[in-house]
Amino acid sequence: MKQFLYFGAFALWVALIAATPLLADNYTIRIAISIAMFSAMAVSWNFIGGFTGYPSFSTAAFFGLGCYAGALAQRNGIPLVMAWVFATLFVAVFAAMLGAIILRLKGHYFAIGSIAIVDLTRLITSSWGSLTGGGDGLNVPLLQGSPQEVSALVLYVMLAILIVAFLTSIYVDRSRLGFGLKCISQNEDAADMVGVNTTSFKIVAYTLSAVFCGAVGAVYASWVGYIDPTDSFSILLTLKVPVMVLLGGAGTLLGPVLGAGVFVMLEEVFWANFLEWNRAILGGIIVFLIFFLPNGLLKIQYRTLYGALVQKLRSAPKQAEKSS
Amino acid sequence: MTEILRLENVSKSFGGNRAVNDVSFSLEEGEIIGLIGPNGAGKTTLVNLITGVHPLSAGKVIFAGEDVSRQQAFQAARRGLARTFQIVQPFPKMTVLENVAAGALFGGGTGSVEDALDLAHEELKFVGLDAVADTPASSLALPNRKRLELAKSLAMRPKFLLLDEVNAGLNASEIDGALDLIRKIAARGVTILIIEHLMKVVLSISQRILVLHHGELIAQGDPRTVIEDPQVVEAYLGSKFAARVKAESHHA
Amino acid sequence: MDIIQILLNGIVLGSLYACIAIGFSLVWGVLNIINMLHGSFIILGGYLAFFAWQYSGVNPVFLLPIIAALLFGLGYLLQYFFINKVVMSPVLTTLTLTFGLDMILYNLMTVFFTATPRRVTLDLGTINLGDMYLPVDRLMGMGLALFLTALLFLVMRASKIGRAIVAVRMDRQAATLMGIRVNNVYAITFGIGAFMAGAAGVIFSMVFPITTNLTGTFLGKAFVICVIGGLGSVPGALIGGIALGLIESFAGYTIGPQNATTVGFVLMLFLLIVRPTGLVGVKGYE
Repeated sequence: MKQFLYFGAFALWVALIAATPLLADNYTIRIAISIAMFSAMAVSWNFIGGFTGYPSFSTAAFFGLGCYAGALAQRNGIPLVMAWVFATLFVAVFAAMLGAIILRLKGHYFAIGSIAIVDLTRLITSSWGSLTGGGDGLNVPLLQGSPQEVSALVLYVMLAILIVAFLTSIYVDRSRLGFGLKCISQNEDAADMVGVNTTSFKIVAYTLSAVFCGAVGAVYASWVGYIDPTDSFSILLTLKVPVMVLLGGAGTLLGPVLGAGVFVMLEEVFWANFLEWNRAILGGIIVFLIFFLPNGLLKIQYRTLYGALVQKLRSAPKQAEKSS
Repeated sequence: MTEILRLENVSKSFGGNRAVNDVSFSLEEGEIIGLIGPNGAGKTTLVNLITGVHPLSAGKVIFAGEDVSRQQAFQAARRGLARTFQIVQPFPKMTVLENVAAGALFGGGTGSVEDALDLAHEELKFVGLDAVADTPASSLALPNRKRLELAKSLAMRPKFLLLDEVNAGLNASEIDGALDLIRKIAARGVTILIIEHLMKVVLSISQRILVLHHGELIAQGDPRTVIEDPQVVEAYLGSKFAARVKAESHHA
Repeated sequence: MDIIQILLNGIVLGSLYACIAIGFSLVWGVLNIINMLHGSFIILGGYLAFFAWQYSGVNPVFLLPIIAALLFGLGYLLQYFFINKVVMSPVLTTLTLTFGLDMILYNLMTVFFTATPRRVTLDLGTINLGDMYLPVDRLMGMGLALFLTALLFLVMRASKIGRAIVAVRMDRQAATLMGIRVNNVYAITFGIGAFMAGAAGVIFSMVFPITTNLTGTFLGKAFVICVIGGLGSVPGALIGGIALGLIESFAGYTIGPQNATTVGFVLMLFLLIVRPTGLVGVKGYE
C-alpha cells in the first residue's frame, strides 16, 4: 500500500515534468530539466547520506567527472550515447576505487575527505591543460536539432536517469543491501557483528551515490555545450544536493525527489526576483531547514498534520457524546 | 565429542602492553564454558580475538577445523561465531523485530528479508520478547535489551555463542531468568562461552571453567577443581571466598 | 632560485597559514564542528582592514585589535544564538548549518564590498640579504602571525577561560558538573576562532590582494593544515601551517605554482587515510 502510494506520487510528478515540452515555453522546460537533474542527484546522494548515514560531500566531483568524461569521449570520436554510457561507467569505477580508500574514514574526517575530493578533482582538471583545456574550459559537440527538440531530448534523458535512480532506490530499500545500510547508519560496529560486510556495503552505497551523478553530468555537458572546472566541480553544488535531500527527508524514498523539486523552484523564484540576494536567501532557507524542519518535509507532515487530524477526529465524537 | 574451537598460543599486544599472552585451549561441541578472571585480565580482549574484532599478534584460532585467525568480524558472524557485548549494541531506531532480523539476514544467511523477519519472530518468542516486537529497540529497559542481544545472536544460527557479561546490571530474579534462557540455548546444541563475574552463577552453569589472569590462562578444568586450584585462589578468589564458595557448592 | 630563498618564502607563507588554521582547528577540536564560515571570516577581516585603512589612513596593524574584536563578537553571537542549538548533532547538520550561515555572510560581503580584489599598500620596501630579498610587509605579517599564535597559546595555557575551554574539550559533562557554563564557553571558543580568522584577514590584506573568491581557498588550506597538524592544538596548527607553507613553496618551484595547492590536498588525503590523528598528533593544549 505504502509502496503503491510512492509509485503513484512519483509517476504523477514525472508525468507532469514530462509534459512540459507539450504545454510550456522553453523557460519552463529549462526549469523542468533542472528539477529532473537535481532530483536524480538527490536520489543518488540518498544512498550514502540517507540510507548509510555517511556525510558525503563528493557529489560535485562525480558530476564534474561525468561532464568531462562525456565531453572528452565525444571529442575523441565516440558517438553521443556511447559517450554518456562511458562517462557513467567511468564515474562508477572511480567512485568504487575511491570509496575503498576514503570510506575507512568516519564522521568529520569522512566529511572533510569527501569535500577535498571535489577540490582535488577540480585542481587536477584545471592544471591538466593538455587533456582538459585547463581553466579555459572545453567545448562540447552540440546536440543536433532545434532548441525545442534539444531541450525535450535532454529533459527525457534526465527523466530516464531519474526513473532508473528512483527504481534502484526502491529496490535497495526493500533488499538485503538496504537493510544492511540502515544497520550501518545506526551502529556500524553492531552491523559488523551481525555479519554485515560493512566495507563492501559502504562501497556499493558510495558507488550508487556517484553513478547517476556521473550520468547526469555527461548529459548536462552535452546540453550546455561548454564546461569549465569551476562550474563543473562546484562546492556549492556539492552542498546543495544534500540540502535538497534534508529538505525532503533523508533516508526516505520520496524525500529527495520532493526536496529537489521544492529547492529548484524556490531557487528559480529567488533568481528571478532577488538576483543580488539569492545566495543569502538560500542560506536563510538552510538555516530555517536545520532549525524548523530537521527531519524534512515528508516527516513533518506525518507528525503534525496527521497527528492533529487524528486528534480532531478522536475528540469530535467524544464531544458529540458529551453534548448528547 | 568433537572439538569446535581451539586456540593455539594466542597473544595480543596493544602497543607495549600484552593483553593476552600465549593462551591455548580446546573446547568441545555442546559444552557450556565459563571464562573468569579479575578486571583487566583480558577476557573481553580474548573474545574480540576469537570473533575477529582485533587481529591476533601471534598464534592461531581454529574454529570447526578451519583456521580463522585472519577473519574479520562479519566473517566470524557468518561462520556461526556469534557474540553479545558487555555494553549492549542495538540498532536503536529499528524495531526489536528488525534488530533480530538483521542477525538472521546477515549472520544467519537467510535468503530474503521476509524470511529473516519470520525467523526473527521465532527467536523473539524463544527469548520471550514477542510482545514488544514492534517497539523501537531504544525504548527497551536493560534486562530486555540483554534478551534482545541474545535473540539477535541466536538468529544468526550460531554454532558457538560468546556471552560477555550478560548478567551485569541484572537483579537476582532477572539473573535466574537469564540462566534459564542460557540453558535452553545450550539445549539447542549451541556451544556457549560465558564471561561472568558472579562466581555462583558461573559455578552453577558451567561444565568447565577457564581462568585468565594478566592475560595468561592460569587454570582450566571442571568447576570444583578450578576453585581449589591454589593459583586461582591467590590471583582471583581470595582464600576466604574460595572456602565459602566451596562450602556453598557442597550444600548445593 | 636559491634554496634558502624558497625556504624563507615557505616559512613566511607558513606562518600566515598557521594563523588561518588555528581558529578553525580550535573550533573543530573543542566544539566538534567543521566551520564553513571560516574562509568568510578571514575575508571579512581583510575587507574591514582595507576599508578602514582607506577611510582613515591608519596602518592596519593598529586596526587589527579592533577588527579582530568585532569578529569575536560576531562569532560569539552566531555560536550563542544559532550553532549552540545543534552543537551535539551529527556532522551533516552542523556542517550544513555553518554553510548556510556562510552563504548569508558571503552574500552580504559581495553586496556591500563587491568581489573586487583589494590590497592595503604600505610600500615598506624590501630587505636584501645577499641575493635573497624579502618584502618588509611580508616579514611584518609573519611577525604578527607568530605573535598572535604565541598569544593564543598563552591564553589557552594560563588564563581561566583557556583552562575552561580545555576542560570542556576533554569532558563536556564533567565540565558542566564543575560549574562551567558550557554554552558560554562554546560561544567564546567560536568567538576566538573568528578573532583569529579576522586577524589573519587583516594581515593578509597587507600582503596579498584579497577578494571574496578566496573564501573557499582559505577554507581548503585550513582543512589541510588541520589534518597535517592534528586537531585543536596551537603547536599542531603552527607546525601544520609551516609544513604546508614549505611544501607549497617547494612544490611551486619544482612542479609549477599551479600545482602547489594540489600537492597539499593529495598530502592531506594521504595523511587522512594513513594517520587520521594528524602528523604531529598533539592533543589538546596541555
